[in-house]
Amino acid sequence: MNFSEVFKQSNQLCKVSPDGKYLATCVQYRLVIRDVNTLQILNLYTCLDQISHMEWSSDSLFILCAMYKRALVQVWSLEQPDWHCKIDEGSIGLVSSRWSPDGRHILNTTEFHLRITVWSLCTKAVSYIKYPKACQKGLDFSRDGCYMALAERRDCKDYVSIFVCDDWHLLRHFETETQDLSGLEWSPNGCVLAVWESCLEYKMSLYSLDGRLLSTYSAYEWSLGIKSVSWSPSSQFLAIGSFDEKVRILNHITWKKIAQFEHPAIIDNTKTVYKEIEKRPAVSSDEMSLHDITVASSLFSTQSKYDISPLPVQIPVVKPDPDRANPKIGVSALAFSSDSRYIATKNGGFQVHSLNWHCSGDSLILIGKDQLCLCYMDADQNNE
Amino acid sequence: MMPESSLVKDHYGISVKCGAPLLRHFNQSSLPLHGNTNAQSAFCTQQNVPECLSHINQEVSSLGLRTIWTELDESSDLNVVTVLNCMHDLIQLHRRSLRTLENMEVEQLKSSSKLDYLQLSTTRLKEQLECSKRENTGLLERERQLQQKVKSLQNCLKNEKEEMQKLQNMIASRATQYNHDMKRKERDLNKLKERLSQLLVDKKERKQAIDVLNNIGRADGKRSVWKTEKTEAKHEGEMYKTLLSDYDARQRDLVLENAELRRVLHQVKNDMVSLLRLKKLTQKGVQNERDGTQANSEEEQEEEGFEPGKELFSVHASEKLTNSIRLQWRRLKSHVEQLDSQVSLAQVNAGKSSETTPRETQEEEVDKLKLEIQEYKDLIQTQQHLLQHQLSSSCDEITSLRNDGYMLQEKERLRGEWKTLEGQRSIFERERKNFTEAAIRLSHERKAFEEDRATWLKHQFLSLSPCGDPKKLMLSNPTGETELNLQLTQEKLSEFLSDSASTPKYRSSSSLSTVDLHHALHATPENLLIKPKVKTTNTEESRNLWEDFPILQELSEP
Repeated sequence: MNFSEVFKQSNQLCKVSPDGKYLATCVQYRLVIRDVNTLQILNLYTCLDQISHMEWSSDSLFILCAMYKRALVQVWSLEQPDWHCKIDEGSIGLVSSRWSPDGRHILNTTEFHLRITVWSLCTKAVSYIKYPKACQKGLDFSRDGCYMALAERRDCKDYVSIFVCDDWHLLRHFETETQDLSGLEWSPNGCVLAVWESCLEYKMSLYSLDGRLLSTYSAYEWSLGIKSVSWSPSSQFLAIGSFDEKVRILNHITWKKIAQFEHPAIIDNTKTVYKEIEKRPAVSSDEMSLHDITVASSLFSTQSKYDISPLPVQIPVVKPDPDRANPKIGVSALAFSSDSRYIATKNGGFQVHSLNWHCSGDSLILIGKDQLCLCYMDADQNNE
Repeated sequence: MMPESSLVKDHYGISVKCGAPLLRHFNQSSLPLHGNTNAQSAFCTQQNVPECLSHINQEVSSLGLRTIWTELDESSDLNVVTVLNCMHDLIQLHRRSLRTLENMEVEQLKSSSKLDYLQLSTTRLKEQLECSKRENTGLLERERQLQQKVKSLQNCLKNEKEEMQKLQNMIASRATQYNHDMKRKERDLNKLKERLSQLLVDKKERKQAIDVLNNIGRADGKRSVWKTEKTEAKHEGEMYKTLLSDYDARQRDLVLENAELRRVLHQVKNDMVSLLRLKKLTQKGVQNERDGTQANSEEEQEEEGFEPGKELFSVHASEKLTNSIRLQWRRLKSHVEQLDSQVSLAQVNAGKSSETTPRETQEEEVDKLKLEIQEYKDLIQTQQHLLQHQLSSSCDEITSLRNDGYMLQEKERLRGEWKTLEGQRSIFERERKNFTEAAIRLSHERKAFEEDRATWLKHQFLSLSPCGDPKKLMLSNPTGETELNLQLTQEKLSEFLSDSASTPKYRSSSSLSTVDLHHALHATPENLLIKPKVKTTNTEESRNLWEDFPILQELSEP
């Protein structure tokens, strides 16, 4: 494996374009576009302020750069470098900015979630959506990009609005059965919308595309509830990770639990457990200068390898502080493999930021704060 | 001097020894006091006064009283005063002793009563003790039960405490979550307030604006359309289309799955039926096998015909299927249970040493059964295939039925023909046997006839010549004639037999034989007729001949 030189970036804003040809990185107020293969700088754009958020459009032709402090959004074009677009939200402020699936509209959420402004780059038209809900995941686009589901809150009640992304026509608007909606997610086939409550109550509601309530599921009462949710790519299963360190899988025909996975502290019943063993050479902190870091060999001075641990294995558990809200217990990340055969879960306070499967379904990336790990699967093995 | 002993012995009959218990003596002597004065007088008589005196003196001195008489006294007369004193002393002594006796009796009574009392009290106390022991055990039992109760209650309490702790933790976490949210909202509110105040104070409000160099085209290249009712309806339509297509796909999957499951259920049922049938065979014997296979094949045919006819959509059919499967499963279960009990019984009977061998034989049996099951399964499958093939190939039910009918008819006819053929063959065999026997007999007789004929010819020849004996001829003729005829018939018959043996058509062979005989014996009638004319004695023989060979008679008459 070869490594390139290290490039600067800020705010962890570093994304490859959807068509895989370009790499965009943000350094303070500059946006750098490189070619993925040669890593040559193709374009360099300068924004008016430090970039808080950067996103590629779905057709890889445009990039939006949002500057939340100044409530500005600037859009750059790859084909025409001199094309510019600036959206100023004014006094109303800016909290988040994103593309629509067609790559021609930008949705800005104002400060205090007062409204969502939909800017059209084709017609310069503006639409407003009132009362969006400020929650963990209040807005979701369906996978085919046709529909948008938005959580709203009016008069202390939760509603869901379904918009057609073509012309932002309000298709359906219905009240949900939740007390305090925390998130919603479309199923990959775009027919079912999963809506879940805040962690104070375990309640998962499933709505059909036309707004009918299909089913609700509640595993238990009173304890802290749902922490993470993931659909399987075939839309057959819905995995719910909760604060009681269990993952429950629902099936799409009856919407009842068909499987439950636990994360006990002592693992006894799986096939193999891989344990990372680190071997750190004794390096004093004085030597870790910038000079050293650029030398390739010293970067990987901490070597780690994976051993198969004999069962039963005791996982080191760090008890979280119970007096703090949103405790670091429970299943916080779920990821299905692309063939829906495997699910990877992260329980507890491990320093793993994200889990992602390769599209072929046989390797998994674990990205931590400083490290990343690729897990390959052989024919008959599972990784913990 | 020992007068006392002899005196006493003689007179009282009691042996008094020195220092004998005086009380007893007194008691015993008191009786005679009341009673016999004779005995008293017997002690002291006129003669033995001095002895008596000395004796009494001794006794009195032994009692510790003053002696009444001493030897040193001159007169033998008793001092009355001393005697009276002595008597008084004695009486006092006696009274004293009586008193002590009384006291002792009283004391004895007292002690006996005390004893009784004590006995009563001990029994009472023993009973009390028993009672109290029982009470004690009862109380111990109660204490034990109460302790158990206490333990269980403590457990309950512990559980309740744990639950309460859990609930408290839950409440605490919820409370922290609420507080956190509340604080967040408050912070938001404060920010809003600040912003509001800022906006109200800051009159310069920055408006929203978009600054685009030029409009860019839509992603899909089309022109954007106005929002009209038609577009709204179109959106609704599209939405419902997606939903419907999703439902369609799901329903298709479910239908396929259903069909697959039904097929599997059917297979399972057939397997179970065959398993049970196999068991029935081994249990009941060969005769039932034929009936069973016939019945089961009919059953199978019925089922196979059932399946494609009443498709997948009738609830009735699926109910029937599940019911039949349940029935078969129950039968199979009961059968397996039977087998298990049998095995356990066999194991128990066989004993511990031979435990392994039944198992081995069982395993062998099981393997055999498995093989048989596999064979039956294959058979069933092939049958299924064939039937399905047949059903698929035959387009019309009626023609297939008709064909079946024709085939059955033909089968019946062929069977009947076969039977007749078999019968005819057996008859043929029998006749053939008879014919061979007759042929053998005829050959023997022919030989004899030939010899006779030769002798007859010789004799005739000789008779023609001057030296000849007619008697001899007469004697030899009947046999010769008969033998001639026999020979001829024999020849013909042998010919016919050889002919008939070569051809299988024996229906016509019988007619052939008579015709041929007729033809063959045309030559002979002249001989037969001539002979009786010449020799009258031959008529009887010839009649006999006719009787013996009615065929010849028949032939000769027409």
